[in-house]
Amino acid sequence: MAEPGDHLFRREAGRMVAALTRLFGVHNLALAEDVVQDAFCRALEVWKLRGVPENPSAWLMATAKHRALDILRRERTARAYAPELGRLLESEWTLAPVVAEAFGDSAIRNDQLRMMFSCCHPRLPEIAQVALMLHILCGFGVNEVAAAFLTGHAAMERRITRGKKVLAGSKRLFDFTMSDDREVAQRLSAVHRALYLLFNEGYHGAHAESAVRADLCVEAMRLAELLLAHPVTDTPATRALIALMCLNAARLPARVDASGNLSSLYEQNRELWDQQLIAKGVRLLDHSATGTTITEFHVEAAIASIHARARSLEDTSWPMIVDLYDTLMTLRPSPVVALNRAIAIAQYQGAERGLAEIAAIAHVDRLADYPFFFAALGELEQQLGRTAEAQAHFREASSRARNMMERRFFERRAHEVGDSA
Amino acid sequence: MSDFLYLYRGGDSSGTPEQMQQSMQKWSSWLQDLGAKGHIKDQGNPLEATGKVVKKKTSITDGPYAEAKDLIGGYTLVQAKDISEAAKLAAGCPIFDNGGFVEVRPIMQMSM
Repeated sequence: MAEPGDHLFRREAGRMVAALTRLFGVHNLALAEDVVQDAFCRALEVWKLRGVPENPSAWLMATAKHRALDILRRERTARAYAPELGRLLESEWTLAPVVAEAFGDSAIRNDQLRMMFSCCHPRLPEIAQVALMLHILCGFGVNEVAAAFLTGHAAMERRITRGKKVLAGSKRLFDFTMSDDREVAQRLSAVHRALYLLFNEGYHGAHAESAVRADLCVEAMRLAELLLAHPVTDTPATRALIALMCLNAARLPARVDASGNLSSLYEQNRELWDQQLIAKGVRLLDHSATGTTITEFHVEAAIASIHARARSLEDTSWPMIVDLYDTLMTLRPSPVVALNRAIAIAQYQGAERGLAEIAAIAHVDRLADYPFFFAALGELEQQLGRTAEAQAHFREASSRARNMMERRFFERRAHEVGDSA
Repeated sequence: MSDFLYLYRGGDSSGTPEQMQQSMQKWSSWLQDLGAKGHIKDQGNPLEATGKVVKKKTSITDGPYAEAKDLIGGYTLVQAKDISEAAKLAAGCPIFDNGGFVEVRPIMQMSM
């Protein structure tokens, strides 16, 4: 008996909904979701006793396709379907080929892209766009999306329902061929931001369960790859974004040590970094250096690539990193970016200088709840031999920790500092 | 060893894609486990929820009539020492997660 791949159902849910929505029209999204649910129920009933078929994905697609044909034939007059397909769905001669075409691999990829663009509707707040993408394109249930964002089920349900209303109201999926360049560019940058947010939620997210988090990174990368595969969306910014994701994801295996504890960049076992992902990230970053615009993704990816290529902390070229942080400060100024810049400065100009840079951060008060702000102060104070101050900072960090892993990490540092006194 | 028929009744298998995949994986590992221990005679089949009910030559209606909550969704033929072992083995069935149940029926013996 074959074993279905990890998260096969979730993946296929996104693909099936995209194809079905193209046929039924985006205003019939709920119908598309019903058909997907039916296909899974059927798969579950049959597979649990007869075993998983050789090609489970094709089995699911065929089931959804038959059901779609059924509905399109039976309710032909009762509902209005996709306006762009119009009459093609009315005649029996064209119906079957149109449905078959919609379930082809390249059509599905295209429809996933259009759905991704549609989810990033300007009327929706960013967080709702991401939630909608996770729900519709990644097959996450409402409860799973809620868990990913640490919100209650009811609140997430409202957010997703509202998002679906906006989608339905847009009448048709976002269409590359019918939109002008400016519209595509604007929507693409919203898509980039949403994917960036999704990836970061997985990478830095304030969540206790690490497994859930890596999942979000994987989904963000999977969706971003769809952008890379289409000529219209394969832009320098897209490449830079994926480069950034690859370079950061490469370090994921080392971020948590063998006993499940968070491990900082400074103490990570670099042997554990995924060299294949690093190579891919570096390659994409090279290919992203075309055109005239430099995005925050370019800069962040460049910083990540310096870390990823350095054999050790000492081997890292900190002045280059500081230069890049300076650029990032002009593109997207924030106290967190300024803090990271100060930490990089301390790496080659000493702790004293680092502390001075931190003291000079504009709006430093906005870091009052950021545990790594206090952890940075702790590290620098310790380097200056001021153990008591260092320990106090690590305790401050610990009291602001957002999950158990962070708390254990800061407690451990507080302890080590105390021991070294 | 005697033969028993498991009738899987009721249960709502809908859920999020991830939940449904997990549920399916539970089923296959449960059946694989029973098979490995030599209890499976025929893994059986799922049954469509629709069909006809034929009561006599002139009466063929859509059916079955059973309430959805105890509709037979499928069956498996198992071998066990006795009915209590067969029932005990059925207790591991993942159908309970979804509100369904297993009916365990001994196959009648030819020889007495």
